[in-house]
Amino acid sequence: MLAKIAARIAPVHDGRLWTFAALVIAAIVLAPVVALIFIAAQGSGDLWPHLARYVLPQAIQDTALLLAGVGAIAVIVGVGTAWLVATCQFPGRALFDWALLLPLAVPTYIVAFAYLDILHPLGPIQSAVRAVFDIDDPRGFSLPDVRSLWGAIVLLGFVLYPYVYLASRALFLMQSAPVLEVSRTLGASPVQAFFRVALPLARPAIVVGTTLALLEALNDIGASEFLGIRTLTVSIYSTWLNRSSLPGAAQIALVMLAAVIALVLLERWGRRRQRFVGAGRRTHPPSPAMLGGLAAFGASLACLLPVLFGFLVPATHLAYESWDRVANFGLSPQLVNEARNSVGFAAIATSVTLALGIIVAYSVRLDRRGLAASASRVASLGYAIPGTVLAVGLLTPLAAFDNALDGAFRQIFGFGVGLLISGSGAALVLAYVIRFLAISAGGVEAGFSKIPLSFDGAARSLGETKAGTVRRIHLPLLSPALGAAAILVFVDCMKELPATLLLRPIGFETLATHIYAEASRGTYEDGAVAALLIVLVGLGPVLLLARMSRPLLVLSGRSDGAIQDLSADKSL
Amino acid sequence: MNRPFAARGAVLAAAFALASLPSFASAQEVNLYTTREPGLIQPLLDAFTKDTKIKVNAIFIKDGLAERVKTEGANSPADVLMTVDIGNLLDTVDQGVTQAVQSEALSSAIPAHLRDKDGHWYALSLRARLIYASKERVKDAKLTYESLADPKWKGKICIRSGQHSYNIGLIAAHIVHHGEAKTEAWLKGIKENLARKAGGNDRQVARDILGGICDVGVANSYYVGLMRSGKGGPEQEKWGAAINPLLATFEKGGTHVNISGASIAKNAPNKASAVKLLEYLVSNDAQALYAKANFEYPVRPSAAIDPIIAAFGKLNPDQVDLRAVAKSRKQASTLVDKVGFNN
Repeated sequence: MLAKIAARIAPVHDGRLWTFAALVIAAIVLAPVVALIFIAAQGSGDLWPHLARYVLPQAIQDTALLLAGVGAIAVIVGVGTAWLVATCQFPGRALFDWALLLPLAVPTYIVAFAYLDILHPLGPIQSAVRAVFDIDDPRGFSLPDVRSLWGAIVLLGFVLYPYVYLASRALFLMQSAPVLEVSRTLGASPVQAFFRVALPLARPAIVVGTTLALLEALNDIGASEFLGIRTLTVSIYSTWLNRSSLPGAAQIALVMLAAVIALVLLERWGRRRQRFVGAGRRTHPPSPAMLGGLAAFGASLACLLPVLFGFLVPATHLAYESWDRVANFGLSPQLVNEARNSVGFAAIATSVTLALGIIVAYSVRLDRRGLAASASRVASLGYAIPGTVLAVGLLTPLAAFDNALDGAFRQIFGFGVGLLISGSGAALVLAYVIRFLAISAGGVEAGFSKIPLSFDGAARSLGETKAGTVRRIHLPLLSPALGAAAILVFVDCMKELPATLLLRPIGFETLATHIYAEASRGTYEDGAVAALLIVLVGLGPVLLLARMSRPLLVLSGRSDGAIQDLSADKSL
Repeated sequence: MNRPFAARGAVLAAAFALASLPSFASAQEVNLYTTREPGLIQPLLDAFTKDTKIKVNAIFIKDGLAERVKTEGANSPADVLMTVDIGNLLDTVDQGVTQAVQSEALSSAIPAHLRDKDGHWYALSLRARLIYASKERVKDAKLTYESLADPKWKGKICIRSGQHSYNIGLIAAHIVHHGEAKTEAWLKGIKENLARKAGGNDRQVARDILGGICDVGVANSYYVGLMRSGKGGPEQEKWGAAINPLLATFEKGGTHVNISGASIAKNAPNKASAVKLLEYLVSNDAQALYAKANFEYPVRPSAAIDPIIAAFGKLNPDQVDLRAVAKSRKQASTLVDKVGFNN
């Protein structure tokens, strides 16, 4: 919209105005970060010596192990299954192609609740084992407790791998096909071709997918707290809540943010000499390798297990618990309303996030001086901050704006408007947009990178304006990438909990807050119905994503668009 | 398509914003910000609305309630701030988002040590921190909090995160009784005795005892009522039946209680209704309902206690100063980190 206004004021300079719009968007994303810096600057007294001695060593170790573990699972499962589905033929492949995305619909906190139930000594598995071996005492047989770092790694790994799967499958299907065939004709075995050609080529895509998965794990509070592991995010919470030190919490959050940025930059620096030139056009579909016998069975099993652990088991458990609840206590009348709120707000936030993502991505395409590129990096920061911390950071600028506006109205018109943004759902939409802009901007940028710049030149030379080029050339070509980004953002909005909890207006509940409310009175079993609804509502978009992403991979690949774009297009 | 897309989103957002604008303050409404899940007190709120025709709009905000009210400033719609735990209650006072109110109905119903002398906060109910002991495997009929550090419980104790406010409160009270050094040793002792990582929630202590993971655990009193009454479903009745809820005490004191309480917000737009709500919550009827619906101990001495809870025996609340306990919270939280309680 900003671009629209801007374009109206001075249509001649619209290129610069796109950059300006991107900068404004970056400023909005930056607002809560700046607020956090101010909060942090209030000082935290003698907090850091204590943190350094007793909290941080453990928290950093736990966080590092968690991220390393989740990263390893996500990459092995995500890349491995993507490779199988994209390049091999085995029983169930068409099914797994989309089923592997299903865990996206399950929020991490729900997975933690579900598995604790399932694996508890009183749960179905251990009870069954005892029944089979005729053991009376629950102590006679026990499994390792999921309330551990290892439990958290496995649970989070198996719900977060789809981010990697989605990104790398797109790339495997698309780009590596001709190169792989060449490598095979040059005598490489299938395994060699995978490790020496496909994997290095897919690195940018794998990195993007893994970054999303790891940031989810890093910022997770529900599952981590529930499983009793102490990550940095958990220590941010306990610093804030138990030591009543919001400045201290803000300081830890900012240090964590800096570390995330440093790691991302380090990875980019690590492949600074590599150039990934996208094929740009699809040559021919890769011909899948037929697997037989044991290999086929192994491939099916390898694809089945992630779906089983990440989706089927928790979803079945939720369905069973829901049935039990509904049979015993009936259906909560608020659920319909809550579901409508969840879907409605996720939809609004998704459209806004997408629109802003397009502005940011297109300004990067136009602006070669790098200002827009910097703006686009800043616009992606929101994803790297824990939800509640982001929400607390948003409170200050939002309320300041609201109170100023109210004051102005009172001055000029003699009546106030109250808290216009924070008193309404707009604050929530804003929080979602800031948090998930990284997904939409990144996805759109990746899509743009597949559209040759010569298209732009042709359109412009035929007299189309820049905005017109976007509307008539880019958007139609981008629609699959937009669709993929939209669905990811939508599902993430549906699942979002901490910011929703703090910023929602009075009397407004969503499915996620419902579950949290039940969980916080220790009756999370009662939240099973709402949890199932989140999973079911999220399921539709995920299936849609799976459907649309296959034939249209040319454009939907969520690969590292910026790098590809720069390296591929500078030569033009 | 880009521009209409963005514009449509903005229009939608604006429409939503207008549709959900806070309605202007009317005398017949009161806005309740609560860190307690409102479902727990919904029967009370419904009864209040029925009696007074004043509508209660509740919002459940777990973390950041005080921060939100503070930033909302003069325009905050908050009337009543309801929190659990003396520490959180005093936090709202310290952040300057409450106001003092004097009311005969409040001060006559609530014992003096359970309310602020200036009227910034009032306790509404009490919850005791109990020791749940396995009926099958533990024979002790009486236990002290101090005894949890006894090596005889090695590998037999379950407890939620040491950083949870219920445990921070208990540890802070231990600091008030015994000082920091002894508390550190005590915490270390309990840590050595843990059967599993500190985590989960209070009800899982009962479930883990039934599941054979541990023999004793620390958890709040009302969960026993919720489990044994069947309100948590048939499964939880079994958990509740597996444990013996002991009204543990400090060696030279009583049972640790944490309070739920409320304050009137500094900029309350419906102050009169807000005070009415508080007065209603400490009335005989409401206090009895508190006890019945939530299995909490009423703050009004004359109100009846639920039979399931009364069966534990007579509650003898610890007499330490609540403010002193609240002041020791930071120290308690530091000690939890220091001994690596949650590791």
